[in-house]
Amino acid sequence: MNDNPKKPGKGTAAASAPPAPPRRDWRTSPGFETRAIHAGTPPDPTTGARIMPIYHTTAYVFDDVDHAASLFDLSTFGYIYSRLTNPTVAALEERVASLENGRGATACASGHAAQLLAFFSFMDPGDQFVASRKLYGGSITQFGKTFKKFGWEAIFVDPDDPRNFERALTPKCKAIFVENLANPGGVVVDIEPVAAIAHKAGIPLIVDNTLATPFLCRPIEWGADIVIHSMTKFLGGHGNSMGGVVVDSGRFDWAQNDKFAGLTEPEAAYHGLRFHETFGDMALVMHMRAVGLRDLGPALSPTNAFLILTGTETLALRMRRHCENALAVAAFLERHPAVSWVSYAGLASSPYHALAAKYMPGGAGGVFTFGVKGGYEAGIKVVEACELLSHLANIGDTRSLILHPASTTHRQLTEAQRVAAGAGPDVIRLSIGLETVDDIIADLDQALATARNS
Amino acid sequence: MADHDHYPDGLLRKVLGSVRTIAMVGASPDWHKASSFAMKYLQSKGYRVIPVNPRAAGRSILGETCYARLADIPQDETGRIDMVDVFRNSAAAGPLADEAIAIGAKVLWMQLGVRNDAAAARAEAAGLTVVMNRCPKIEYGRLNGELSWGGFNSRIISSKRRRPAAAR
Repeated sequence: MNDNPKKPGKGTAAASAPPAPPRRDWRTSPGFETRAIHAGTPPDPTTGARIMPIYHTTAYVFDDVDHAASLFDLSTFGYIYSRLTNPTVAALEERVASLENGRGATACASGHAAQLLAFFSFMDPGDQFVASRKLYGGSITQFGKTFKKFGWEAIFVDPDDPRNFERALTPKCKAIFVENLANPGGVVVDIEPVAAIAHKAGIPLIVDNTLATPFLCRPIEWGADIVIHSMTKFLGGHGNSMGGVVVDSGRFDWAQNDKFAGLTEPEAAYHGLRFHETFGDMALVMHMRAVGLRDLGPALSPTNAFLILTGTETLALRMRRHCENALAVAAFLERHPAVSWVSYAGLASSPYHALAAKYMPGGAGGVFTFGVKGGYEAGIKVVEACELLSHLANIGDTRSLILHPASTTHRQLTEAQRVAAGAGPDVIRLSIGLETVDDIIADLDQALATARNS
Repeated sequence: MADHDHYPDGLLRKVLGSVRTIAMVGASPDWHKASSFAMKYLQSKGYRVIPVNPRAAGRSILGETCYARLADIPQDETGRIDMVDVFRNSAAAGPLADEAIAIGAKVLWMQLGVRNDAAAARAEAAGLTVVMNRCPKIEYGRLNGELSWGGFNSRIISSKRRRPAAAR
């Protein structure tokens, strides 16, 4: 698909030249913005409602016993129970699958639930996976502590050298997991060689694309097999709804080796059905729904799905402005005397600037960190002195948000883990919103002054 | 030869909208096999599906008598076979293409994962429309909005109201 967003801040095209006739047929190759508004949401067939209705129902009537049997056997398409499928949720799943150029998607209650669902489909007790150690702190805790209770072991490596993933692989490894633009540190992972390493080992690459969003980066186009989002962040974009999603490229061959028995061997609860043999490139999505959502239960509410669907319609507009504002704020902070460093991949000073230009030429996102002179105490004071930026533990909102990770989101980690994750004592995380950029800068300026003078 | 990497939605709609009777080669009496899922689904959409499988010849599959070979189907009883759906491997699709031509089918359809360009070229030369590496159940569901119910990417965008798909 033709969607290469231009770098922000370059101004608009000259108004004098008439627009060139489109060379692409939108019917077969619709643009990103078109898909963000239309994919998954044709008019409602029954009522003609143009907006996807909120289907608030737990269950769906069967035509007859035979129809019910076909649905329970997974031999036909249709809805049974909203723990597994719901029309409003399905519309959102198709929307995100389209934006990521995936085969399909399974949505669920949160980004954490999405990670659980993805791994649950092919991990068994005793299995391992290799993960970047520069991940969102909540992911490190989920992988490093809670997953252990399932007998799943995460092997964490420094993602800055892709070869670290290869060195850490063991015969028990079932996947490689990275966050392509990591929260909070502004770390960009070189996912193309990591995908090659995963495929050489016969395992999938899973990419958390929450911060970049499919507007800035589509990991499947760089070789990723599975993409995960916390839709709570930029996809929903307005800080009003939790949600997660797993997008499957449909390209990974689960039968290429004997590592993925859950998808290739008979499933007892479905009369010995083999998901990969029966559903081919739809196997993972079907499994996450028919087994994962069925038995783990983290279904997404149709109301949340509706709110997130509405958010996705403006994703391109919002991400352009998030990137523009974040770059302006980062440049301001880099020159500020109370700031010791700024880690934003959109700045030329960032060691990840070249990787960001490769993977997300439209901008480096809206989330980044900076170091305040004076360490832990100064960090807390800056956060508390803000009057426009909101002090809370979320990102990807229209509102600008500020957080001191060491005392909040990352406080459950060890000091060493915090530093490795880019959440040391002096670190402040910003999620730059869509307010007037001068106002965001003015609020940070007064907060830095207040912290220094107190 | 036609482009067999991409099929326009219009072509698939035309094929699925024009055929009525389908011979499914490789149909399985085992109800939880993919071929059985596809046969039952296509029956529910109003197609008549005649199973062909030498190992199940003479048996009844989903209410239809199974035949050993395409040539054994009594078309005066079943009605003309419009389409041959190949649920076999790519090599087996070669001779099946010739049999499909011989029985007068209009469409040769090879299932997901099945592709045989030489067989397709012979069938096209004989005037058949050929679709390869696709599943008619999935394509029918995709074109009629049902695949979207499962969160799959239908790649269809339209502001037109789609009538609910009903049995034909």
